[in-house]
Amino acid sequence: MPKALLRNTLSSQHMYWLLASLALILAIHAPNLPIWVTASCGLFGAWRYFAVKQLLLMPNRWLLMLLSLLVGAAVLLSFKGQFGRDASLSLLVLMTVLKLLETRVIRDYVFMVMLAYFLIGNLFLFNQSMLTFALSIPPLILLTATLIHASLKSPQNWQFLLKLASKMLLQSVPVMLILFVLFPRIPGPLWGIPQDAYSGMTGLGDNLKFGNISNLTLNTSVAFRVQFKGNMPTNNQLYWRGPVLWHQNGNEWLMPSKRIGLRNEILATTGAVFDYTITLEPHNRNWLLLLDMPTLAPAGGNFTHDYSAVSNQPVRKRIRYTASSYPSYQLGVALGEREQVLSLQLTEGENPRAFELVKSWQSLSPEQKINKALQMFREQPFIYTLRPPILRENPIDEFLFNTKRGFCEHYATSFVYLMRATGVPARIVTGYQGGELNPNGNYLIVRQSDAHAWAEVWLQGRGWVRVDPTAAVSPERIEHGISEALRDSSELPLLARGDFPLLKKAFFNFDSINNSWNQWVLGYDDKKQLEFLNQLTGKKLGLSDLVFWMTGAIVLVMLATSYFLFRQVKAKLNPAQQLYQQYLRKLKRVNLQPTTGEGALNFASRAAQLLPSYQQQILQIASSYNALQYSEQSSDGVQPDMLKQLENLIMQLNIKKP
Amino acid sequence: MIKTNENNEKIMMQTVLKAIIDGTSQVILGKQTQVKLSLACLLSGGHLLIEDLPGMGKTTLAHTLAQVLGLNFRRSQFTSDLLPADIIGVSVYDRATSAFQFHPGPVFTNVLLADEINRATPKTQSALLEAMEEQQITIDGETHALPKPFFVIATQNPKHHIGTFPLPESQLDRFLMRITLGYPDAQSERALLKSQAGRHSTTGALIKPVCDVNTLISLQHAVKNVHVSDQLLDYLQDLILYTRTQFSTGLSPRAGLGLRLCAQAWALLEGRDFVIPEDVQAVFASVVSHRLAAENSEIAKQILERVAIR
Repeated sequence: MPKALLRNTLSSQHMYWLLASLALILAIHAPNLPIWVTASCGLFGAWRYFAVKQLLLMPNRWLLMLLSLLVGAAVLLSFKGQFGRDASLSLLVLMTVLKLLETRVIRDYVFMVMLAYFLIGNLFLFNQSMLTFALSIPPLILLTATLIHASLKSPQNWQFLLKLASKMLLQSVPVMLILFVLFPRIPGPLWGIPQDAYSGMTGLGDNLKFGNISNLTLNTSVAFRVQFKGNMPTNNQLYWRGPVLWHQNGNEWLMPSKRIGLRNEILATTGAVFDYTITLEPHNRNWLLLLDMPTLAPAGGNFTHDYSAVSNQPVRKRIRYTASSYPSYQLGVALGEREQVLSLQLTEGENPRAFELVKSWQSLSPEQKINKALQMFREQPFIYTLRPPILRENPIDEFLFNTKRGFCEHYATSFVYLMRATGVPARIVTGYQGGELNPNGNYLIVRQSDAHAWAEVWLQGRGWVRVDPTAAVSPERIEHGISEALRDSSELPLLARGDFPLLKKAFFNFDSINNSWNQWVLGYDDKKQLEFLNQLTGKKLGLSDLVFWMTGAIVLVMLATSYFLFRQVKAKLNPAQQLYQQYLRKLKRVNLQPTTGEGALNFASRAAQLLPSYQQQILQIASSYNALQYSEQSSDGVQPDMLKQLENLIMQLNIKKP
Repeated sequence: MIKTNENNEKIMMQTVLKAIIDGTSQVILGKQTQVKLSLACLLSGGHLLIEDLPGMGKTTLAHTLAQVLGLNFRRSQFTSDLLPADIIGVSVYDRATSAFQFHPGPVFTNVLLADEINRATPKTQSALLEAMEEQQITIDGETHALPKPFFVIATQNPKHHIGTFPLPESQLDRFLMRITLGYPDAQSERALLKSQAGRHSTTGALIKPVCDVNTLISLQHAVKNVHVSDQLLDYLQDLILYTRTQFSTGLSPRAGLGLRLCAQAWALLEGRDFVIPEDVQAVFASVVSHRLAAENSEIAKQILERVAIR
């Protein structure tokens, strides 16, 4: 754009375009911003709008400076000094909108458009789903149209601008694809995302309190997806093992401290094996969920002593790992002294009625004690519900003898409590149970709503045995999943329910697309890139090859584009015009060029005056050209004789510099 | 055989055109362009507005043209107390026949010179302009057709002169062309001053008609047959579109049609049977300036310098 144009003042049309683009971008960003930020942006935007309408004045420099300081302070206060992703975005958005109030010339306007492009890019700091990508396209088109508007000399209607912008964006797709496939990926994220970016992630915690899991059950977001190689386990075998909790402290169950150095339990497996690949959504913790019981920890992870798999770093991006699990196993047949103490530990002086109850079981064998407890759950009017009453003092007593309404965590904890009280070593395992098969793509979707807690009891000679007290209360939960277990499904969010088959189907379709998106677009990292390109070329490629190919491909695309552009220009010229261009090139050598709007005849008269010795030739060329272009014969079609004549005339014209 | 006839006709036509231009230029010295423009305007069947200071030869030009073309000529001096009836005529009760008898006004002629049109009141102006558009007048419910061809050559003093009623844009649009004469160059001025006859020569028998009504009608017909190629229409449309995007009110479709017709007439005057961009450019300023509310031809020139020929 010429410099002079940049200093041009803005028309009201310009401002409306910019305001509309920013409004759209902010609307999409709204969930990522505190309400007060969105509101003040709306306020400043409205101010600019009324300034265009000349109902309000633009603020002067001092007021603007004061406003920026105020807004900056407000961001600091609102985020309590934590300057991470969220605070930065809020500040950027506010400053962008304030900049509107001093945007008067085209240069500032173009700068604003660039800032707005950056804001669109920021959407992906929060979410990289397909939906976000789709949402980013309309503002991209609108913004590009806004930019085009700035460089137009004469006004155009909005349909034209939007069409042109979409066309230009479409034309950039090849280059985008080349960059996507070939741009060298750096292992790990390109730049560090601030810590607070992970705060919104959900998943299993490292402790268990009443209400933890039932809260998680309300969340239908996907926890992980599983693709089985070969056989699939039945629903009641789908126990996805997460953290194992040993330590009871009042209401809370915790993992044992690593420092006490518990010995690794020994696992012996028999029978059938299930091979599978898990794509785990980021949850900002270390758990790598695996089917009971896995033999080998996934790459980049380890087993804890009680066989839950943990990765070395919190899972902050989607990862994939393969594993094999055996449904029949023996775990930790030998129970060490320290483990025994820990697995019988209970806070003293609580829940007296529970202790009272188990006194009568003293003479029974451990197996009988288990049955006794399960029998109690089965025969007494216990109810499986997502909305249990709140338990205060002596919660186990309260639950077992009064309320009798609870969710899996209630059953698991009270069962383990009873077992420990009667001297049987027991622990709680948290994780997920079940999953939903997506018929499109044949993979299992496990959601946060499938979160579950169960018990493991140590029996002499058999090691740690899984006992799920929830199964005693509600067998449907284990056999068919949570939507079957809760008769009153209105307790559950829509997607976890079973009574909307069409919605389910639509979701399955969407999820299989989303899954491919995750695998192929978001999961396209350094390893996958090289793997893909090696497959494509059949050669082993390095980083320098990538750069070479990328540059080459882009140059190729640009050459192809310019070729087509040139051809288009050429194709628009008819044969006579092409010959006339030749003639103009000859005259250009003696510094003679037609001005804009100078016709062939006028130009020829001017040239003839300056080049008297060629006067006749030049005038003849002009009239011959005019006859070819404008006469009645020329409208009837191409005139080969006349063209030949013009060509000869131009060939014979050899101007020597005076 | 037919071809030779056609050629003969063409040669004849060119001879007539040359005779008209020469005849007029004998009287209006050093103003060949303006003479050609006025002729192009009349050949296109349009009305002409000549705008200039008093004493520049406006009336002389109009008068000479009419005489050379061999047309009936009436002149009407417009003043502020002129009434519509003074132009178009009046119905008078005739006792002998006991009926109203229509007495045609000066408008019933081939060429009407409306001298200093902007001195008349708007009411009178509009009566004339109506006649110009309809080629007929209606009085007392009776319609009277005007003779064919019918031209109005109006002269006008520049607007800022005292005692004038400037023509509104809608009425300016009725005139196909507006031309200005300007001062003569030194050589023509000398010739003018030397001549004994001076102004009297215009009214004398010196000027012989070289044309008659039928020839003029066939010339007008020939103008319409001058070829306009698609390439040229592209250029015309570019010009029109440019005025529409750059000015608050651009050229109307009527102006576009007029521009094409004038360019055809100009091409005929140049002895060509097809229009080239230079023909459009030659008539452009005269056709569009008054429609774009421009004081002079400067703006038209700028437009021509900005719109490329495709």
